This record gives sequence, structure tokens and C-alpha cells, in this order.
Amino acid sequence: MNRKVVIIIDGQKITAREGEKLLWVALENKVYIPHLCAVKEQERPTAGCRLCFVEIEGTCNPVTACTQPVKAGMTVKTRTPAVDRLVRTAFELLLSEHRLNCGECPKNGSCELQKIARERGLKLNLHRLKPLSKKVIIDDSPRSFAFDAGRCVLCGRCVWADHRIAGVGAIGFSRRGIHRRITTFADRELAQSPCTECGLCVEACPVGALYFKKN
Amino acid sequence: MDVSLTERAYIKMKAASINNLKYLEDKPVIRVGTGTCGKAAGALRIREAFKDELTRKGIDAGVVEVGCMGHCYAEPLIIISKPGFPSLCYGKVDEVLVKRLVEDFLINNDPCYEFAMAALEPNDIFPTFRDFPRGVYEEKMILENCGFIDPEEIDFYIARDGYSALADVLNMEPGEVLGEVKASNLRGRGGAGFPAGIKWEVVRKAGNGMKYVICNGDEGDPGAFMDRNILESNPHQVIEGMIICAYAVGASLGYLYIRSEYSQAIRRVNNALRQAREKNLLGASILGSAFCFDLEVFSGAGAFVCGEGTALINSMEGGMGIPQHRPPELAVSGYLGEPTVLNNVKTFCYVPLIMRKGADWFKKTGTPGSPGTAVFTLAGKIAGPGLVEVPMGTTLRQLIFDVGEGIPRNKKFKAVQIGGPSGGCLPEQALDIPLDFDSLEEAGAMMGSGGLVVLDEDDCMVGMARFFLNFTQQESCGKCTFCRLGTKHMLEILKAITRGEGDMASLETLRELAEDVKTGSLCNLGKTAPNPVLTTLKYFRDEYEAHIKGKCCPSLKCPDLIAYFIEPDKCSKLCNICVGSCPVEAIYTRDNGLKAINRDKCVKCDNCLKACPPEYSAVIKVSPPGLVEEREREMK
Ligand SMILES: Cc1cc2nc3c(=O)[nH]c(=O)nc-3n(C[C@H](O)[C@H](O)[C@H](O)COP(=O)(O)O)c2cc1C
Repeated sequence: MNRKVVIIIDGQKITAREGEKLLWVALENKVYIPHLCAVKEQERPTAGCRLCFVEIEGTCNPVTACTQPVKAGMTVKTRTPAVDRLVRTAFELLLSEHRLNCGECPKNGSCELQKIARERGLKLNLHRLKPLSKKVIIDDSPRSFAFDAGRCVLCGRCVWADHRIAGVGAIGFSRRGIHRRITTFADRELAQSPCTECGLCVEACPVGALYFKKN
Repeated sequence: MDVSLTERAYIKMKAASINNLKYLEDKPVIRVGTGTCGKAAGALRIREAFKDELTRKGIDAGVVEVGCMGHCYAEPLIIISKPGFPSLCYGKVDEVLVKRLVEDFLINNDPCYEFAMAALEPNDIFPTFRDFPRGVYEEKMILENCGFIDPEEIDFYIARDGYSALADVLNMEPGEVLGEVKASNLRGRGGAGFPAGIKWEVVRKAGNGMKYVICNGDEGDPGAFMDRNILESNPHQVIEGMIICAYAVGASLGYLYIRSEYSQAIRRVNNALRQAREKNLLGASILGSAFCFDLEVFSGAGAFVCGEGTALINSMEGGMGIPQHRPPELAVSGYLGEPTVLNNVKTFCYVPLIMRKGADWFKKTGTPGSPGTAVFTLAGKIAGPGLVEVPMGTTLRQLIFDVGEGIPRNKKFKAVQIGGPSGGCLPEQALDIPLDFDSLEEAGAMMGSGGLVVLDEDDCMVGMARFFLNFTQQESCGKCTFCRLGTKHMLEILKAITRGEGDMASLETLRELAEDVKTGSLCNLGKTAPNPVLTTLKYFRDEYEAHIKGKCCPSLKCPDLIAYFIEPDKCSKLCNICVGSCPVEAIYTRDNGLKAINRDKCVKCDNCLKACPPEYSAVIKVSPPGLVEEREREMK
């Protein structure tokens, strides 16, 4: 992991440690690549949100930057028609399940979905897909924060924070497929779970699903 | 020194097995197929009936339970081997036939040929399975012993040279064993066709630490049952293959991952493992050599995605059955982070044969790129459904029209869905492509599990795409965006189209989504799920357009786009059968005695159409439903 190598991202020469994941190298060098689920410390990336696609010279399909180790001489393009197409579709798919009411959202202005839209010139509405109706279930049982599942993009960063940083284990993924969601054990209210209200999960949330209550 | 040791141990063991089976010599032996298919058809009752009848008549004959030989449509199935006669196979056996066979055949030497299906050995009297239309093409390698040996008694397998390959292998260098498997170009039978030898080599070279060998018996494809069949009918062949693999790669522990629904397979494999351990074919210093290896069954909870390697490993480790990004491949970091060989049940089955008969023997069958045989389950609109084993490179046309005996009821072939829910629908013009890993992938389908569903003119291709996507959408683990949400939106669009609510823009969205889910998904479930949609869009676009533009289902299948109509000039006013057949009282009698259907009540169950006597055939289906009103206006 130590050898320094030179790679090219969008024509720019960048020095990085061999084996480091491309996504973090790019972000540290001020090259933006959309991403939601990536956690730098995670040894085996989740690679679930499917937003960080890039094209690497010599490979035919775009690859996810969060899983791609840096190799000497690698030439990377963050914007190609194939990349843009996948990102556009993944983004719209995520929006179709995300309750879009930015005006009322506590994350308005600092939301990572909004950032992706801004950076990539994508619209924050659906034009090909119909919204998937999701029941509005808000768990506001904790004193300091609330969880609005209708805004959750299932990136899992809160689960990482809860398990690996806080070491609590109050929340996790449950159910499968389209029913996958973040819950406490046995679907209890957060207040009934081992949650200590440390707030780390709220800070990890890239959208307005977990948010601190006002005052 | 070792040479003589394992070989001597084996020779002794084989002699003992043959001796143990002596009690079956010189007397009639009745083999009853008690695979899950046989049991479901009542094989246990038949076995008891034989035992009772033999006791009653005081006849000395052996009754042996065997697995399934692939003629599942004819269960309960038995084989009678009586000295002086060829072994004869009888299908659809009931208690009455049991009595007759005991009386006429066992006592009076009349084999009741009128009830026999086939003989097993060539003879001058009765045709064998080779003389069946499928016999010309079928070539049994890994299914050869299935249905003929007792899977619960290890002696049967050993008496047929079982474990002799292992005894030989233990005298070879592991590298030599690997070399032979590599030379055979054996490709994985779990779907993707990755060369087994290359996978094994990675594991072999991965140092001297802990390594695992795992057999993938998850078999989640709907309609596929060959892996279950093999595990139930000849478990030792899989076990022997796994031990040889372990020796070649240097593993000391292995697992058979079998879904818990396969209770009989799990029971038989556990029993086989116990017997193998007793004979020192598993455990410490196998057959007196220095090699130690043991196997256990891991019973999976039965999710389609758990057949995917990384999800399988997650579920074995106690996590959720959810795939992970590759690399690392399992061969580098698999079970508990150690190098792991994961192969399909069938892949392991070829290994003892290759080691016994040589890589060159193996390569004589099949195509250069895909040597050996392929096992298919034939289903759908086909006259001879069942399990078949044919050489790779057999064409689809031969498989469907010769081996499977074509389409029943003179219907026209429309398409074949090959490779299970992640495979593709191929049309008439693709029938001459040879069945091997590469040609199928080129055509947009895949070998997959070897499931093969034949579709005729009555099948709606949009409905088929919806059916298969419904399966993959439900089986998606939900981890990645494309598979979780992409398949959901695709399914919603397909549902709308089959309801007549689609538009051309949504058809375009469907195509775009299908392509993006294919390239963008994390694992091969998502990457292959769009195949049925993409292939039907490619080959049957006209059907999609008919649903959208004409609100018409050309195959008269989609319930929302059809209506039933009783033709006045065909209806016999005196017959009431259709009225009685309707479960919702939608059919009424007009003043003039003619029958008619109340469309608001009709649930489109098809009962009246089937009930109307063929001499009238007055009930018809039409699409779009509006045609009924047109007809009714004409009538007035
Ligand atoms: C969704 C999915 C389901 C799978 N199911 C099975 C299965 O039931 N049995 C199997 O052997 N392989 C299955 N596979 C393929 C395995 O991932 C793996 O490639 C295979 O077990 C390797 O063995 P082989 O090389 O002998 O084919 C599946 C793959 C995917 C993506």
C-alpha cells in the first residue's frame, strides 16, 4: 500500500498510494465523484449506491471508484457518456424512493443528493420514473433526533457509525429487496433500543432521513 | 510405499463391498426410485407393496431403493432385474401392477412387456432407453449411476468403481491432479462456466494456511432440480469429487451448502458422509495416506441470491445472504477470509470421472471450448419433459425436437427460455446455435442452471418477461440501487403494458433501465435479471407494440387484454355446460336460449372455454376486449 504512483484523472496528473481506492484519491484531489454509501475506513466497500462510476482506459464498462484500487499509470475519466448515463439512472432511481419535499427538509442546502444534482447537472425530480409510494413513518421517539424513513437512501453510513464508531448496535439493515430498510431490533422505536443518542448516525446521514430536532 | 498402501486399502474395500452385495446375486432385484419425484408419486407405497407381496408369496427377492434416472414424468418407476431376463423398467406403477409383476414375472416368467418402458441392457427382445428418440442424443456421464445405485448404501457406489479415482489420486502429486483437471478444461456447471482448474490453481498457490472446498447446492432457479437429483441419487460422486479437489488444492475442510428445503438430499448426504467416514474415505489419514479432509453439510435458508458465491459465504458466516463486490474472488478470500474453492454439484461430479478416465476421454465429448456434457431440465410446451444429459454442442433444435420430442398438440414453436430467470428468450432463428457456454452468451442467453422452458404460440412474450422479472425482483437482496429499484420499476412498467396501460415512452424507459441494470448492478443477479426483458424486446418487439398500441395481447394470454365471447351461431341452445362451469355465475341464458357472458362478472378463468364440448367450440377468446362489443353490434 505504500508505493507512490502517478495516475491521471480527467487529464490531471495525481500522485497517490498504490492500492488506495480511487474514490478517496479523487476526492482528496478536489475531483468530485458522486457517492453516498462509501465510508473511507471500511475495508470492504459496500458498493451499494452505484453512483461513483468512472471509466478506466482499457476496461470496457464503467467501474465503481469506491472499489477500484489505484494502479500505476491508470488513466481515469470521471465523465463519459456511459458514466453519465449510469449515474443519471441510479440517481433517478434513488429519487423515485426518496420523499422529495426539499422545502421542508432539515437538510435542505446541505443534502448530498442536492450536491450530486448540482455537480452533475441533474434534475431533482423524476422525468422517466413514477414515484414509488412509501408510507411516511417518522420515528421521533429519541429526545434529540428523529428518523424519517421516507427520505432514507439506504446508504448504510448510519449503521457504520452506530456499529463501528459508536460501538452501540442500535440499528441495522433488515428485510430484503424492495423492503430493505434501516430498523432497530424487532422494529422497536429508537427510544426502546440500546441507542445512546450519541448523534453519530445523524451526523453520518447524507440526506434528511436522520436529523436533529430543533432547539 | 504409499502407492501400495492406498491401493491395497481400496482393493480390500471394494472386495468387501462386492461381498456385502452378494445377497442380491442370483435372485430377482427390484429397484424402486425414491428420489423426491418418486416419493411424491407414491414410491414408498409401491416399495411396501412389493415387500408385502413378496412375503405373501414367499419369494426371495431383493428390494433396493435407488434415486432418480431422469424420467420423472413416469414415477413411480421401478426396475426389475431377474436372472435370465434383461433388466426391465416400468413406469407409473401402482399396487395392481405390483401384484401382476410378482405373480406373472417373478413367479411365472412373463415380464408383462405391455407395461414395460424399456430394458436397460441391449437385447433381442425389448427396446432400451437408447432406442428412445432421446437415446440417440443422450450421453450420460454424471447421471450414469443415478437411479441405478442405492444412494444410502456406500457399497453400491464402491462396487461400481466408486472412490477408485480417489485411491489413485492419493498416489499422485497434488500438482499432477490439478494438471489433469486443467487439461480437461472442465468448466463450472453453476452457470458462468469458469474453468475449474484455473480456480483451483489460485487456491492451491495461496500458501499453506487454512483452505476450504465448498459445494454449491443452493439451486435456486425455479424449475431446476438436477442438483437435488444428483445429491439424492448419487451423493458419493459429489463427495469423491470434493475430496479430490481438496487434495489438489491442499484444503482440510469442506462444506456442502444445500438449501434446507432439500431435506431428503441433506439426509442422504449426511448419511453418505457418515458411511464415507466409517470407511476412512474422509477424516484423518484417508485410506492410510497422509491426507486429512472432512466434510459437513451446511443447510441454507433457501434464497436465490444465496447461490451467488459471496452471498453464500456471508450466509455461512452467519450474516445476511447479501453479495459483496468482487474482487477479492473467493479463491483469494472466501469462507472466513481464507482461500476457498466454490463449485457447483455437477462440476464436482465430473472430477472422479476425469481422474479415472483421463482428460482426453473427457474432451472427446462436447465442443473444444466447452467439453463434456450438459444437464438440462426440459419443461414447458414440450412432449417429453424431464432431466436429460446431452453432449455440449447439441443444438437447441435437436434438444427440443429430438430429445424432447417437440411441441405437443401440433402447436407452433415460439421461443425457448434458457438459463432460468436470468437467461434469455430465444426465437426460432436461434434454434441452430450449439448449446455451449460461449454461444449462448453471445445470443443474449446463458447456460445458467440448465433450465429450459419451451414456449409455443399461446405464450405471451411480454407476460413471460414479466413472470421472470417478477421472480428476480422478489429475490433481489436490496443492497444495490440498480437491482433493488431498477427491477422494481421495470416490473411496474411491464405490469402496466400487460394491463394495456403502457405507452411507447415507457417502453423506451424499460429498455434503458434494462441496459443500465445490466451494466450497473453489483452482482450477477442484477447483471442478468434484465436478460428476459432484453431478449424479448430484441426478438419480439412486435408483441410489446401490440400490447401498447393496439391494447391487444396477440397470444390471448394477458387477462386484462382479453375477453370471452360465445359465438351465437355455434352455441347449442340446449347445452348448459358452460353455465355450470363458471365459478362466478357470469354466464347467463338469453331469451332465445343462447348463452352469453357478463363481462363485468367474468374472472377469465378459462373454465367455460375448456368446458364447451368440442363439437360446438362456441366459446372464444378475443383481444382487445373491445372486439366483443363489435361482435355484439354485428349481431343486432
Ligand atoms: C443470483 C445467482 C444465483 C446463483 N445460484 C447458483 C446455484 O444455485 N448453484 C450454483 O452452483 N451456482 C449458482 N450461482 C453461480 C455461483 O455464483 C458460482 O458461480 C458457482 O457456484 C461456481 O461454481 P462453478 O464454477 O462450478 O459453476 C449463482 C449465481 C448468481 C449470481
